[in-house]
Amino acid sequence: MSNEILKKTKLAPQVYDFIIKNEEIAKRAKPGQFVVVRIGEKGERIPLTIADTYENSFRMVVRAVGKTTYELCMMEEGQHLSDIAGPLGNPSEIDYFGDVMLIGGGVGIATLLPIAKELKRFNNRLHVILGGRNKDYVIMLEEFENLCDELIITTDDGSMGIKGVVTDGMDLVMKNTKINIAWAVGPTIMMKFCSIKAKELGIEKIWVSLNPIMIDGTGMCGACRVTVDGKMKFACVDGPEFDGEKVDWDELLKRLSQYRDEEEISFGKFKEQVGDLSWL
Amino acid sequence: MALKPPAKKVRMKEQEPQERIHNFFEVALGYSEREAMEEAKRCLQCVHHPCVSGCPVGIDIPGFIKKIKENRFYEAVKILKYYNNLPAVCGRVCPQETQCEAKCVVGKIPGSEPVAIGRLERFVADWEAVNVKDNQIELPENKNKKVAVIGSGPAGLTAAADLAKQGYVVDVFEALHKPGGVLVYGIPEFRLPKSIVDREIAYIKSLSVRILVNTPVGRAVTVEELLQNYDAIFIGVGAGTPKFMNIPGTNLNGVYSANEFLTRVNLMKAYLFPEFDTPIRKGKKVVVVGGGNVAMDAARSALRLGAQEVTVIYRRTEQEMPARKEEYFHAVEEGVHFRWLTQPIEYLGDEKGTLIGVRCITMELGEPDKTGRRKPIPIEDSDFVIEADTVVEAIGTDANRFLLNQFKGLSINKWGYIVADEQTGATTLKKVFAGGDIVTGAATVIEAMGAGKKAAYWIGKYLEGEFNPWK
Ligand SMILES: Cc1cc2nc3c(=O)[nH]c(=O)nc-3n(C[C@H](O)[C@H](O)[C@H](O)COP(=O)(O)OP(=O)(O)OC[C@H]3O[C@@H](n4cnc5c(N)ncnc54)[C@H](O)[C@@H]3O)c2cc1C
Ligand SMILES: Cc1cc2nc3c(=O)[nH]c(=O)nc-3n(C[C@H](O)[C@H](O)[C@H](O)COP(=O)(O)OP(=O)(O)OC[C@H]3O[C@@H](n4cnc5c(N)ncnc54)[C@H](O)[C@@H]3O)c2cc1C
Ligand code: SF4
Ligand code: FES
Repeated sequence: MSNEILKKTKLAPQVYDFIIKNEEIAKRAKPGQFVVVRIGEKGERIPLTIADTYENSFRMVVRAVGKTTYELCMMEEGQHLSDIAGPLGNPSEIDYFGDVMLIGGGVGIATLLPIAKELKRFNNRLHVILGGRNKDYVIMLEEFENLCDELIITTDDGSMGIKGVVTDGMDLVMKNTKINIAWAVGPTIMMKFCSIKAKELGIEKIWVSLNPIMIDGTGMCGACRVTVDGKMKFACVDGPEFDGEKVDWDELLKRLSQYRDEEEISFGKFKEQVGDLSWL
Repeated sequence: MALKPPAKKVRMKEQEPQERIHNFFEVALGYSEREAMEEAKRCLQCVHHPCVSGCPVGIDIPGFIKKIKENRFYEAVKILKYYNNLPAVCGRVCPQETQCEAKCVVGKIPGSEPVAIGRLERFVADWEAVNVKDNQIELPENKNKKVAVIGSGPAGLTAAADLAKQGYVVDVFEALHKPGGVLVYGIPEFRLPKSIVDREIAYIKSLSVRILVNTPVGRAVTVEELLQNYDAIFIGVGAGTPKFMNIPGTNLNGVYSANEFLTRVNLMKAYLFPEFDTPIRKGKKVVVVGGGNVAMDAARSALRLGAQEVTVIYRRTEQEMPARKEEYFHAVEEGVHFRWLTQPIEYLGDEKGTLIGVRCITMELGEPDKTGRRKPIPIEDSDFVIEADTVVEAIGTDANRFLLNQFKGLSINKWGYIVADEQTGATTLKKVFAGGDIVTGAATVIEAMGAGKKAAYWIGKYLEGEFNPWK
């Protein structure tokens, strides 16, 4: 369990692809699961999705949004992460469904990849929509091209695919194919709108992968609680995937802003130490 | 009887309240050698030593106290360690007032306090840390049988140490990045410095116990793997899943479970933010719900984080509250407010989802219930609002399903805890034993240790072929 960074690749501005040496996790991880990482002695515990597994290592794709993820993205091949616990969370419930819609946004595209691969292994037909701010942010395109039966790209500025948002892509898919089940992974606000859209379009179930603030990832702290179908659920042990049509999105969005002030302080201090970060 | 001992315990120095509410350093400062010897003199060395029967691990209390009195501290260490693998922890957090000290003969003399057994235990353990460099004990021959211990709280650590001392190969699996269970994530630094827990864990590792951190059993290692690869298993995963009152507003920003609040503070060192990366809300007006040790710890931590006002609300009265007296007095000294017969019924928030107040209702005590405690009953139309930007719910824990959901065939009782034989720790599943909070529900450090100790003994017997309840 060395947790060594074997390989690091830049996928997009502030988005990095890591291969981490850890046999135990490589051996056990299933699509939909995540790890909790602590990069150093004074670090916080942050959850990150397992994007793929190899013989002795696993893959994770990280978007730098604050102190810890920036620091992680600045680490080099050969360095070690001090702690990785996992795999955690329930694996995605995958079966043969026929036509499945998959919607990925931003770094959520990485979370979607292992789910897509597994769905393909079960011979499903994949209708994939990938969205990004502009063409630079649509990651892992080739990997999806090789996998899916239909691929729609949407960008806010139209620099790639259609100009629009992923929910426009959902409309397009539904024009030609009747879909009963979908997965949406991306920013919380995107998943919210995908869920609303899915309901409108009559999609029976849309799985979303929630990313509330977590600490232990084993059901011990209750920080990750979300309201689903009116009931309190812990995303780390009851999820992370839930039926998007039943999630209380507004509450989740508010809870995600819980530490905004502290995050700014911590990131500000970090920037003072390391200087300009725009190159990342 | 010999001379009547002095009526009062030798006082233990403490940080002054005004000073200590601004830091996380330990409150109680311990005895000097001279003070310890003086206190040891108060012990009557009773032949029938009732104190021992009050101790869940049966420490030879008069034995180690006698050695202190005689200035033979090293021998006191040996006696203590023979019974207890975590003496510096127990000396600090055990509820001695309801255990050994409750039975002490000196305490029965009118106007007299019992011998300060806990303080003396702490003294001996701390003395060892400073004065004994090589505390290696000789291990018996390796018996080539492997035991897996799940969870590294006091139950798991004790079981592991005792099994290692019997010559078994022991692997402890811990989900978090640091071993110790509640001792590292729950009980605050000012009551139990983490360096002390680390020291006692280092001792257990020195017995050749392997501790695998970051390894949540059930996912990172499967139950089947453990059953295949080990000759016996001890489950000591604690009861750590938070209960919530589930009143409106529970998910507002600023409402914490005690587990989250204390884990941020202790395990993640959020009180040192931003030097450490994990943040915590430094509330100005903090309300803590509950009346146990956990509530006291949360309230006193909130003060130290800089709160102007901390109020503990408890639905019964001072008489019924389960917290240790000593910690309650510490909290009062430090300026924590208490509102008895009060229960929150709603958390109020602003449009951003941030907590601004707690709506409470006043209670009265009705008839005693089955447990003999008088039941709190809400008084109609008595509700009022306390302004608050942080709430910590410290109303207890439930069994965590994380492991149990994966453990097929293990009997669970109606409250969700593991069914295990009280004497031996044997569960309904062959070669699997369990103990600590996951069997009893939230209890104490020493009870968890007692369970770990018993189980280690019976696991040994099982591995020797002398005990098998599953035939
Ligand atoms: C199950 C799960 C899987 C995830 N998978 C990925 C992934 O594959 N790739 C990826 O880039 N990100 C992933 N995330 C999000 C990632 O955990 C956060 O981006 C990261 O914690 C931010 O930390 P920071 O210190 O860099 O930023 P901060 O400045 O501390 O926070 C930025 C934002 O991240 C969120 N956040 C902060 N701390 C936590 C925390 N402890 N747990 C969860 N969210 C937090 C908050 O919304 C916050 O506003 C996942 C989250 C969850 C819950
Ligand atoms: C804030 C607080 C203050 C307290 N104060 C006192 C006090 O003053 N005096 C006193 O006597 N008692 C006190 N207690 C109670 C006491 O701490 C507990 O009774 C005791 O720690 C229980 O021990 P345990 O070994 O059963 O479990 P725990 O200490 O809960 O340890 C269980 C360990 O198992 C790990 N674990 C769980 N699931 C898994 C898994 N699937 N795989 C691997 N590892 C896992 C957990 O991460 C944890 O480290 C307090 C409790 C709290 C919360
Ligand atoms: S009961 Fe009290 S006086 Fe008697 S042996 Fe025990 S500690 Fe000493
Ligand atoms: S992260 Fe602590 S309960 Fe889910």
